[in-house]
Amino acid sequence: MTNSGPELKQEIWSTNDPVLSARNLHKSYQDQHVLRGVEFDIRQGQVKAVLGPSGSGKSTMLRLMALLEPADDGGIFLRGRRIGVREKVSGAVVLPERELAKERRNIGMVFQKFNLFPHLTACRNVMLGLTSVKGIHHKEAEEQAMAMLQRVGLSHRAGHFPSELSGGQQQRVAIARALVMNPDVLLFDEPTSALDPELVGEVLDVMESLANDGMTMIVVTHEVRFARRVADEVTLFDSGVIVEQATPDEFFDNPQHQRTRKFLSHVH
Amino acid sequence: MEFDVNIFVQQLVNPSYVSGAFLSVAVAVLSLVLATAIGFAVALGRTSHSRIAQGVAGLYTWFFRAIPALLVLLIIWNALPQLFPVLRQDWFSPFIAAFIGLGIVEAAFMAEIIRSALLSIDEGQALAGRALGMSPVKVMLKVVLPQAIRTALPPTGNEFIGLVKFSSLASVISLQELLTTAQVGVNITFRYAEYYAAAIVYYLIIVSLLTLLQSYVEKKFVWTSRSKSKKPSILEPVGQGVQS
Repeated sequence: MTNSGPELKQEIWSTNDPVLSARNLHKSYQDQHVLRGVEFDIRQGQVKAVLGPSGSGKSTMLRLMALLEPADDGGIFLRGRRIGVREKVSGAVVLPERELAKERRNIGMVFQKFNLFPHLTACRNVMLGLTSVKGIHHKEAEEQAMAMLQRVGLSHRAGHFPSELSGGQQQRVAIARALVMNPDVLLFDEPTSALDPELVGEVLDVMESLANDGMTMIVVTHEVRFARRVADEVTLFDSGVIVEQATPDEFFDNPQHQRTRKFLSHVH
Repeated sequence: MEFDVNIFVQQLVNPSYVSGAFLSVAVAVLSLVLATAIGFAVALGRTSHSRIAQGVAGLYTWFFRAIPALLVLLIIWNALPQLFPVLRQDWFSPFIAAFIGLGIVEAAFMAEIIRSALLSIDEGQALAGRALGMSPVKVMLKVVLPQAIRTALPPTGNEFIGLVKFSSLASVISLQELLTTAQVGVNITFRYAEYYAAAIVYYLIIVSLLTLLQSYVEKKFVWTSRSKSKKPSILEPVGQGVQS
């Protein structure tokens, strides 16, 4: 009974339904309540920008949605199926790490500090997920990795190690590394916050081109102009809850909430 | 009595020195392998979330850092066979007793080296591996360990050299390693200077070779694309310099 439940839900999932959803997410660290019942959905091909002051919980939401940390309460749903937990009569139990690893394959993550593997070349960084997670043969993985590096404009740097690349180039390799796994959705955790200002553009350009190709993306960012130009919907986080969620035009030109107006007055 | 160069040279080419040196290196290599294996397990225990694993690993480190290696060798060679008949059989040689004894003592020190190497790896590394969907074992083998090994190499080289010298302790359990070889010769001839000098030469040669080996291995862990392979390859850079 418990096994057939999720599959049943999967069958009734249609392309108009969210690819990835967060339902009533709660998360606390020590006595700090970082997420207080977050509801978040993203549909196929959508790009959602998530704004908000530091510590508002937006990065925590991404980590929970990427199954890198368990929620205290609430659930994550991929194509209508609850992931990261095993449903039991007594309630949902977080899966062991090995099982979680399998479910993470469908969700890509790009980190603020790139987190490239320093002991591997750019090409090997992109290949590692293919060879060690998907079990793809070295040669085939190398071809796919090279194609993906080409996609982010870095095939000429394939043999270089992360320490030999600029921050912008490192982040583009990190995007290729996540993208090559062919995830259902790609999560960006402040992808340009650790970059020198003159390197931000090249990363945002790659992200915009992904968005134009129909990639489903959640982008936690401080880049307001990027959010306005590229996102289908903009979300404002504050104190662990979503304050406002609207199309870019409405969000920036006609915000409904006082908190949003205040936030925009600081970043504009 | 003068330093007799002839006796010195004679001893230098004496096969018993060569076999003594070989035994010393063999004991050091095998005990380092054993120490690394146990040390890795102990390091995992000490960094684990399990209280029991932490406790067992902590106890091991505490115990074997406290007990002199000499005492451990004496216990393994003399006391354990009294307690366990299986150790009274022929296969239990001084050589086996020596490398096991030195290995389990050394493991307590290797554990600390490996633990600090594991802790030196940025948390974002394992996070990135996990985000790709890698299992915990894969994250350790493909992401964390290759980086931790680089950190652990220089102190491990030190330990290795130390083990070559510690192997001389095995003379108390009648292993004919390098120093024992010299000592036996001295006992017969009383030519202290010549026999000890020959031993010095052998130790210098061994440690020089180990130092070369260490720097060779360390070079393998320099992560740069420059001057690595001459083979033309798709991965070969097209000659750009390093960007800031």
